[in-house]
Amino acid sequence: MSANRPISVFDVIGPVMVGPSSSHTAGAVRLGLIARAALGEPPVQAQLSLHGSFARTGRGHGTHLALVAGLLGLSPSDERIRHSLHLAEEAGLQVTFDTIDLGEEAHPNSVLIHVQGPTQSLSLGGASIGGGLVEVTQLQGYRVHFSGELDTLILIADDQPGTVNTISGWLAGHQINIATLRVKRNERGGQAIMILETDQPLPIPLTQGLESLPWVHWARTIPRIKE
Amino acid sequence: MFHSLAELVQQAQARALPLWEIILEGEIKLSDEPRSVIWNRMRQRLEVMRRSTGQGLEAPLHSLSGLTRGSAHRFWNWLESGAQPLSGPLLSRAIARALSVSETNACMGCIVATPTAGASGILPALLFTLQEQRGFSDEQLIQALFTAGGVGVVILHRAHVSGAAGGCQAETGSAAAMTAAAIVELMGGSPAQASHAAAIALKNMLGLVCDPIGGLVEAPCTKRNAAGVAQALVAADLALAGVESLIPADEVIDAMRRIGNHMDESLRETAEGGLAATPTAQQLTQQIWSKSHEF
Repeated sequence: MSANRPISVFDVIGPVMVGPSSSHTAGAVRLGLIARAALGEPPVQAQLSLHGSFARTGRGHGTHLALVAGLLGLSPSDERIRHSLHLAEEAGLQVTFDTIDLGEEAHPNSVLIHVQGPTQSLSLGGASIGGGLVEVTQLQGYRVHFSGELDTLILIADDQPGTVNTISGWLAGHQINIATLRVKRNERGGQAIMILETDQPLPIPLTQGLESLPWVHWARTIPRIKE
Repeated sequence: MFHSLAELVQQAQARALPLWEIILEGEIKLSDEPRSVIWNRMRQRLEVMRRSTGQGLEAPLHSLSGLTRGSAHRFWNWLESGAQPLSGPLLSRAIARALSVSETNACMGCIVATPTAGASGILPALLFTLQEQRGFSDEQLIQALFTAGGVGVVILHRAHVSGAAGGCQAETGSAAAMTAAAIVELMGGSPAQASHAAAIALKNMLGLVCDPIGGLVEAPCTKRNAAGVAQALVAADLALAGVESLIPADEVIDAMRRIGNHMDESLRETAEGGLAATPTAQQLTQQIWSKSHEF
């Protein structure tokens, strides 16, 4: 466990979670939740490719159930996680699983998620790194790095001068403080991904406003994951 | 927050306060939240714990892997049928509850990690059995959770609490130490006695490796939770009688960290050594794997 903050008694009397494993179960729910938020609408189809220990011991740990539970919006402490495949059927979410080799560099508890909604599609790669903490490493083909521990705003936009200024000004206007900011260019073309972690929650209309800017192609908010 | 048990005990002695009060104050300072919010957050955890101590007793729990097959329910039925357990009423009923929490965890029920999911049975098992046998109030149990939490925070600062980093001594050993300190204070012991209890419990579990069958948090984890209950109880009684640990608690924690660092990787949750490497465990693992590849 390596949360970048002082240790609290609730780190050792907690988290409240559905078992059996903070990394294989609680972390997997969180990755599913992040994918759901990044899709921006309820998913109807999901392809979950499990790597390493997720592929090997995933079924015994309920990793596959946990990922689907997250895609359905259940929290890591929701006891319906074990029925998530059934709930997915009811919600009209079609799920397929396979195993994948993401290479030696990939964390042993990694998953690649391809998910589709009625109008959107999303590709997300991530890992569960212990104690229920996760790391998103790939989003829409970009190599990224964020944890979902804070409220997160993600933009894919034209790579042009002044974009960071505009976004930070926009957030300041809404009294939202930026905790971290990372910009990463797409190797292939004139677009960049911008990931901002904020101290305050981001209202959804804010994202819609950002998406109406001509140079913003994609904007999503990922709410901080609560227990 | 707190980096040593010595510092915690010293503060408690200097101000003539119990450990839980010092730890609660520390948490208030750390989180900048009102006392009532923090207290209620702990109360919510106590309620989740209470449920998990009962779930496995009411009905046999079976896990996805097939390794967990209703031991808590079997043990509880045996007690309820009028058995005279060698371990006596307090320990035997706590054992049943530790099995219940551990199986609830294995079967995707809701638990409170204390300090981890794998060791989550020990603390709630003893707290709720002491409530049943000695009539402690929920408020007193919440106080005990702060004491346990403070010990856990010190361990997390000085060593590890995960099996992958430090072996089972870091999980069930830490849980037993946290529990021993908590129940000593609950029983009216002094802060120093609570610290000795933590030291004794952890000492008696040093060197325990993490070797789960198939890498799953089930076997031998469930039975080690039962054993951790006994270790906490032994340590608490010794401390309450005035027996002291020759090695101070902080030094025992440091020794636990060094032992964990020396532990071969095959004995740190990788399922490549210890019990996990026995022929029977290998055979069980094969069975679980063949099911795994169904998707």
